[in-house]
Amino acid sequence: MLIPCPVCGMRDAGEYHYRGDATAERPPLAEEAAEPWVRYVYERQNPRGEHLEFWQHVHGCRQFLVVRRNTETHEVFEARLVGPFGQGE
Amino acid sequence: MAEYSALRVITEGLRGNRGWKPAWRKAEPKPRYDVIVVGGGGHGLATAYYLAKNHGLRHVAVVEAGPIGLGNVGRNTTIVRSNYLLPENHDFYEWSLKLWEGLSHELNYNVMFSQRGVLNLAHSPEQMDVAAERGNAMRLAGIDADLIGRDEVAQLCPGIDLSEEARFPVAGGLIQRRAGTARHDAVAWGYAHAADRLGVDIIENAPVTDFITEGGTITGVVTPRGEIRADKVGVAVAGMTSEVMRMAGVEGLPIESHVLQAFVSEPVKPLVHCVVTYGAGHMYVSQSDKGGLVFGGSLDFYNSYARRGNLANVHDTVSELLAIFPNVARIKLLRSWGGIMDMSMDGSPIITPGPLPGLYLNCGWCYGGFKATPASGWCFAHTIARDEPHALNAGFTLSRFAEGRHIDEAGTGAVPGLH
Ligand SMILES: Cc1cc2nc3c(=O)[nH]c(=O)nc-3n(C[C@H](O)[C@H](O)[C@H](O)COP(=O)(O)OP(=O)(O)OC[C@H]3O[C@@H](n4cnc5c(N)ncnc54)[C@H](O)[C@@H]3O)c2cc1C
Ligand SMILES: [Zn+2]
Repeated sequence: MLIPCPVCGMRDAGEYHYRGDATAERPPLAEEAAEPWVRYVYERQNPRGEHLEFWQHVHGCRQFLVVRRNTETHEVFEARLVGPFGQGE
Repeated sequence: MAEYSALRVITEGLRGNRGWKPAWRKAEPKPRYDVIVVGGGGHGLATAYYLAKNHGLRHVAVVEAGPIGLGNVGRNTTIVRSNYLLPENHDFYEWSLKLWEGLSHELNYNVMFSQRGVLNLAHSPEQMDVAAERGNAMRLAGIDADLIGRDEVAQLCPGIDLSEEARFPVAGGLIQRRAGTARHDAVAWGYAHAADRLGVDIIENAPVTDFITEGGTITGVVTPRGEIRADKVGVAVAGMTSEVMRMAGVEGLPIESHVLQAFVSEPVKPLVHCVVTYGAGHMYVSQSDKGGLVFGGSLDFYNSYARRGNLANVHDTVSELLAIFPNVARIKLLRSWGGIMDMSMDGSPIITPGPLPGLYLNCGWCYGGFKATPASGWCFAHTIARDEPHALNAGFTLSRFAEGRHIDEAGTGAVPGLH
């Protein structure tokens, strides 16, 4: 599996560290109800197909990426930096 | 005379082997059952068997997407043990081990359960302390465990590199002598056979594509072979749990699907006499009766529904094998494959009524569900038949995550890939 790092270019997945589902959204820190936190920490859609996920390029530029990938075929559609340097949003 | 016995082999041999019947019928779906079990892996088949055997149900069907035995039940490295640390797991897995000890007779099918021992190596004084803690916890729960030094490791398994030059020299280990391995295919076939003879319909090549719901209650399943109705529907589909439960409208389970790879080498003379696990990394190896080294390691660590993994993990796992068995460096790998694991958020399983009326859920087996097969079937059958959990699976709820009652053996928190 190859992941195109926006900084370093196309690199082997072995250079990256997987950091999980990128769609799980952390509630605001002021949130006091348990339920949104339970959802964030424990509940996953776990789709067979397209999945948005975090990968960190630990053996490269060390940036965090959001990768859109197919969990059944391992096809990688796109990878962008998280935060203000990522395109879009 | 039992259907399968040495005497029967001889008499059938004399009669030209014309008297054998298929191990299970190719059942046609009936319109209605008492219970449908979705998923004909080890757990689904064992559940159907105990529904018939322990609870006297005569109208039970197992509905399986493909042929029997191609899921994780036929892909695992066959290690059976009960060397857990936490009380909920002690009792459940020890009951499973006791069922394993009588399983070939129970099913009249040789599952080749071999109590060759499982040895967890320790590579430092600190790891010996941790091994002692686990061993003590097991012994307090009435489970066998022995802490052994390097000399005894040498006697048990002379092939291990016990020199000071080893990458992580071996200090000793914890052994569970009653643990071992079994023939995984025979477990699937044996439960299918024994369930069939008690009247269970095993319906193959019938993927469930939807559930039938009436007034909020699940009352059946839809398959390409038609609609099948039932009073109760149990789901035991391992890595496909999230996708199947989504069909019933249940989203956001505490489960991620990950691929786990396994490997087998060309056959060699006896070298690995018990199951050995490497303590300075994550790798386990045993030797099959044919002589192949059967081994595996960690997950590939990303969500996956592909039954194949990537090369980085092949490299890691093989390096760990060579760290303790450098003498196998020149033998060849014959095959490698992958299976899709239902990784739960605390590394422990879920066996529970619900989460919808008429529905029952069995999942979250991570990489350790093969050894659980008999107890999982036993407890899931009880949960379905009695509408309440058995004492042995009372802790394996779906609500435990919200309640803070995790059963986290590894203490790694809610990162499913790490369990
Ligand atoms: C490489 C590897 C090594 C392992 N090693 C060990 C080990 O050493 N010891 C151990 O204890 N455990 C081990 N495991 C884990 C163990 O194999 C699993 O936890 C266990 O087999 C899961 O339960 P099962 O047998 O019911 O799963 P499966 O055999 O996967 O059964 C699930 C069934 O559900 C069916 N299904 C899916 N979707 C549908 C649908 N829509 N309709 C109908 N049916 C459907 C599938 O076709 C499948 O047959 C290992 C797993 C792997 C992959
Ligand atoms: Zn990079």
